[in-house]
Amino acid sequence: MTFLVPLIPLLPLAGFATTGLFGRRMGDESHRIAVWAVVASWLVAMVVAFGALTHTLGFGEAGAGITLWNWIPATGFHADMGFFVDALTACLLIVVTTIGMLVHFYSIGYMAHDPGRWRFFAYLNLFMFSMLVLVLADNFLLVFAGWELVGLCSYLLIGFWYPRRTAAEAAKKAFLVNRVGDMGFALGIMAIWTQLGTLNMQAVFAAFGNVPHGWQIAIALLIFCGAVGKSAQFPLHVWLPDAMEGPTPVSALIHAATMVNAGVYLVARCNPIFGSAPEVMVVVAAIGIFTAILAASIAFTQTDIKRVLAYSTLSQLGYMFASLGVGAWTAAIFHLMSHGFFKGLLFLGSGSVLHAVDGEQDMRKMGGLARKIPITYATMLIGSVAISGVPPLAGFFSKDEILGGAFKNGFLWVWAIGFVVAGMTAFYMFRLMGMTFWGESRVDPEKEGHIHESPPTMTRPLILLAIPAIFLGLLIGFPPESGLLHGWLKPVFEATIAAGGRTEAAYSFFGIDGVLAIATTALVAIAIVFAWRLFGVNVPALGLRAQPRPDQVRELSARRGLAFLYRGSSNKWWFDDLNNQLFVVWGGKLAAAVFWFDRTIVDGTVNGIGIVTTGAGTGLRRVQTGRVQNYALGIAFGLIAMAIGYLVIAVR
Amino acid sequence: MSNSLDSYLVLSGFLFAIGTFGFLARRNAISMLMSIELMLNAVNLSILAFGAFEAALKTHAAVIALLVIAVAAAEATVGLSIVIAIYRNRKTPLVDEYDSMRE
Repeated sequence: MTFLVPLIPLLPLAGFATTGLFGRRMGDESHRIAVWAVVASWLVAMVVAFGALTHTLGFGEAGAGITLWNWIPATGFHADMGFFVDALTACLLIVVTTIGMLVHFYSIGYMAHDPGRWRFFAYLNLFMFSMLVLVLADNFLLVFAGWELVGLCSYLLIGFWYPRRTAAEAAKKAFLVNRVGDMGFALGIMAIWTQLGTLNMQAVFAAFGNVPHGWQIAIALLIFCGAVGKSAQFPLHVWLPDAMEGPTPVSALIHAATMVNAGVYLVARCNPIFGSAPEVMVVVAAIGIFTAILAASIAFTQTDIKRVLAYSTLSQLGYMFASLGVGAWTAAIFHLMSHGFFKGLLFLGSGSVLHAVDGEQDMRKMGGLARKIPITYATMLIGSVAISGVPPLAGFFSKDEILGGAFKNGFLWVWAIGFVVAGMTAFYMFRLMGMTFWGESRVDPEKEGHIHESPPTMTRPLILLAIPAIFLGLLIGFPPESGLLHGWLKPVFEATIAAGGRTEAAYSFFGIDGVLAIATTALVAIAIVFAWRLFGVNVPALGLRAQPRPDQVRELSARRGLAFLYRGSSNKWWFDDLNNQLFVVWGGKLAAAVFWFDRTIVDGTVNGIGIVTTGAGTGLRRVQTGRVQNYALGIAFGLIAMAIGYLVIAVR
Repeated sequence: MSNSLDSYLVLSGFLFAIGTFGFLARRNAISMLMSIELMLNAVNLSILAFGAFEAALKTHAAVIALLVIAVAAAEATVGLSIVIAIYRNRKTPLVDEYDSMRE
């Protein structure tokens, strides 16, 4: 059944081509083909994932490759158009196609009144194609092609409402910041080529042990550089929050659940490369956990509902990288999957909130929405509980495994920071819930009247996403460290874990693992209660009721010692200002200097030669008077000069 | 005086200078052709003078002078016919109005 694999990306590509070419003429029906293409792609992907995970339908334990044709048959270099499916790919396929499909459904309702919806659906289909190429590719060059294509789609969709200046600028920012990382990835691919002479992933991984250690480190660092850009890790994290200018389904699909996971996928896929360079793994862990705490601290004070979620995404991605860095490979993919579902849910939920309050994104102008939009509220509450890590929802298992992995693999500092971030996550999520759904309404009076629940096309995907947000952890991650997912991914990471020399201690509820889980859960509970005290709660079913206390928030944030933290957090630790100063102001000056050099010196030389030539021509043109006698005079003077010259020489 | 080479050369120089001046100063094409004849004959005169006073050059000088006369005749023919042809086109003998090749 491996012949099905190329269909997975091809169906959305066909959808993109049809919708892109004829969508404008299809009018209100323009979403039909795009949505059905993705549904068909999902069905095929489910079959393929089933085969790859159970090692049936022609997929072996090590996965199966399909080479379609010889893509670049140059002398001394060749790359195949080929796909490779193993358990890791299957996990990504499940996340990408399922969330992609639900987001397509959701967009039918969300974009119902947008005149450019055919364009939107065409871009979404193109994105699905690109992302699927990225995860299915069997060589680095094809991965890179998908990598750049998702970047392009991200650009197009962030700037979907391009007449809005902020949207156009956010799109540009995302594209430029991503280029920095992509440059590193491209260099990494070139380095692999120079060292091994092939770009096929399986061949590279098999031969990677023979590469000199210096090159191993360089290649791992360069690939990680690409991952940092795409997954928005420090210091390239600045583009993701601004990317929220795009339509909310885009934020959910691209900037929370799929594309930003590409970096995590790439590092996990390249686990033999990173396994050979333990020094780089420490860098991965450090950058990951630093991003996690940095982004969580910024999420504390943001007032834009989508930005809080964006920083939360950064923070969770940081967790995944920390997990990869400490060698807990499976936990990272586990968190990738569970995060994809609950963060997709949260983003779609926030889109539903925006739909209800007529596009208002400022949480200070929300409040008390719980009764008015009950389905959105209930599903978002599930998402928040899941991401906070309350057992037994999905986030608890995956986060617990990451923290446990860090602790047991000897990265105590990663564990300590991650532990704090777990509490912070719970706090800012319930701050978001409190400000949005609980307490008194602060909605503009003229908007107050038309607050309404979203249509079923939007609420149904929320409900469908809430199911994995609750059960995914239990389903594939229980019992911890020996659940279904661990069995699936064992062949992928086994060799690297063994080479790392770390003995896997069995998970024990009554040993260190249980203690860690209880400690994390306790911290999360404290953080949630703290958030309730400050931002209110209202869940009559559980008897929870508290009024928000804005005065206390104000008092707390003005307290000495905390005031600085508060200012830093609300100014995003001045990273945007730093970048502005470094690259826009100083970089702009450098560019202006180079521009001046080009204009005056380089162009000046070239134009100078031209001016001298035309000047000489103009001058000499006067000589051509057309009068015979002028010429004769010239001849006469010439003769006289020659005669004098002869005389001078002869006399001497 | 009349029996020295110098006097012939001085005369030849004068004639050549007059011819040159005429060629440069006159605007009439016919006058210019006449000036050219004058210059040619001035040169011929000096050649023959060298032949008369230098025994070794005697025959050579005569031959060269004859050649110059022949060439001058041919040149005059061709030149005159060109001038007449231009005159028929432009209705003027004045060379400063023959300026169609200017710039």
